[in-house]
Amino acid sequence: MNYQFDWHLVMSGEYAQWLREGFVTTLEISAVSIVLAIFLGTVIAVFRLSKVKPLEWISMAYTEFFRNTPLLVQIFFWYFGSEAVLPTSVNEWLYAQDFEFWAGVISLTVYSSAFVAEEIRSGIFSIPKTQLEASRAAGLSFLQSMGYVILPQAFRIIIPPLISQCLNIIKNSSLVMTIGVAELTYMARQIESYTFHGFEAFTISTCLYIMISLVVSVCMNVYDKKVLRSMHY
Amino acid sequence: MNWDIVWNNFDYFLIGAYPEGPLGGLAMSILLALGGIFGAFWLGLLFGLMRLSRKKWIKWPAVVYIEIVRGTPLLMVIFWFYFLAPIVLGHTLPEATSALIAFIVFTGAYIAEIVRAGVLALPKGQTEAARGTGLSHFQTMVHIILPQSLRNMIPSFVNQFVSLTKDTSLAYIIGVNELTRTATQVNNRTLIAPTEIFITIAVLYFIICYVLTATSRRLERQLAKYQARGN
Repeated sequence: MNYQFDWHLVMSGEYAQWLREGFVTTLEISAVSIVLAIFLGTVIAVFRLSKVKPLEWISMAYTEFFRNTPLLVQIFFWYFGSEAVLPTSVNEWLYAQDFEFWAGVISLTVYSSAFVAEEIRSGIFSIPKTQLEASRAAGLSFLQSMGYVILPQAFRIIIPPLISQCLNIIKNSSLVMTIGVAELTYMARQIESYTFHGFEAFTISTCLYIMISLVVSVCMNVYDKKVLRSMHY
Repeated sequence: MNWDIVWNNFDYFLIGAYPEGPLGGLAMSILLALGGIFGAFWLGLLFGLMRLSRKKWIKWPAVVYIEIVRGTPLLMVIFWFYFLAPIVLGHTLPEATSALIAFIVFTGAYIAEIVRAGVLALPKGQTEAARGTGLSHFQTMVHIILPQSLRNMIPSFVNQFVSLTKDTSLAYIIGVNELTRTATQVNNRTLIAPTEIFITIAVLYFIICYVLTATSRRLERQLAKYQARGN
C-alpha cells in the first residue's frame, strides 16, 4: 500500500469548500423532498383508506409501481423523459429553474412518497376503528375525522418509521449525482477525479452521512422513551 | 411514441451482448442480486449473532460495522470498494466484482439486523430450556434457536432481496453493464425515445420485484400461523 495521505488537501481551501457546498446541497434537496414526500404520501394513504374504489386503485397502483422500481431508473426517467409526461407549462418552469435539482426532487419525492404512504397507512390502521366510527357518529365528515381525529393520533405513532424514511431520503439523495446535481457524493467523486485523493474525500463525506444518521437516531430514542411509552395502544 | 427502438433492443436489455459479447442487461442484474443476497446472508448471519453476544469484544465490532454501513448511502459503499481496491490490493478489480463485494457488505448489515430481531423475537424459554437440557450456547443457537427464527425471517429476507434487486441498478455508476446501463447506452445512441426506454426498464424491474413482494406477503401470512413468539 503506497498511498500518500493528504488530509490537508480536503480539509482546507477549495476542495473543503466543495465538500461544504455539496453537504448543503444534500441537505437542501433532502429537505425539500422530505416535505413533499410526506405531503404526497399522506394524500396517497388517505386515498387508499377512502371507500371510493377508483381512488383506492390509483393509490394501490401508485405505491406498488414506485416501490418496486429502482430509484435510479426513476431519476433517469424524470430527467430524460419528463417532456413526454409532464405538461409543457410545468416543463418550461422546470427548465427555467435549476432543472437537475428539480428533476432530482421529483424523483426522490415520488419514490419516497410510496414508502411514506405505506408507513402512514399502517399508522392509521393501528388507531382503533372505534375512533373513526365515533367521530363519524359525532357528525364529522370522512375528511374531517381524518384531519382532526385520526391523523393527529396516527402521526405520533408513525414518527419513528417516518424518520427512518427521512434518513433513507437523505442517503438516497446521493443518487442524484448521476444527473449532475452537485451534492455531497458528487463532490467527493469530483475531488477523486481531480486529485486522486479519493480516500480522504470519501472518508469525510461518509462521516458526514453517518453523523446525520447518528444524530437522528439518538433523537429518535429520546422520542421513543418520552412520547411513545406514554401512549397506550 | 417510438416503441420500435425498444423492441429492436429488447434482447440487449435482457442479456446484453451475449453470446457474442459479455453477459449483461437483466441477466447481469439478476446475477448480481443472487450473488449479493447469498453472500450477504452468511455475512449477516455472522454479524447478527456477533451483535447478540454478551462478550464485548465480539459484540462491538458488529455494532460498529452495522451502524457505519446503515448510516452510509449504498453509492458511497460502492465507491469505497471501487476506488480503494487498487490502493489496498495494488491492482484494479473487475467492476462487477467490486460492485458485488459492495452489495454483500452493504446488505449484510441489514440482514444482521433482521437476524438479531428474529432471534430476539423467539420466546426466551426456548434458550433457557435448551441450556437447561445441557446444550452449550453454540449448540442451542444451531439446533434450537436458528432453525425456528430463520423460518420466521424468510419474509424479511425476501424484502431485502427485492431492495437489492433494485439496488443493483447502482452498479451502473462504476460501469457494470447491467439493465440500467444498457438502457442509458441505448438512450445515448438513439436520443429520441428516452421515455419509452426507461418505462420499459422500469416495467422489467417491476415485474421481478412485484412477484417477489407478493411472494413475501403470502409467506408472511402463512408463517404467521405457526410462529413462536416472545412477549
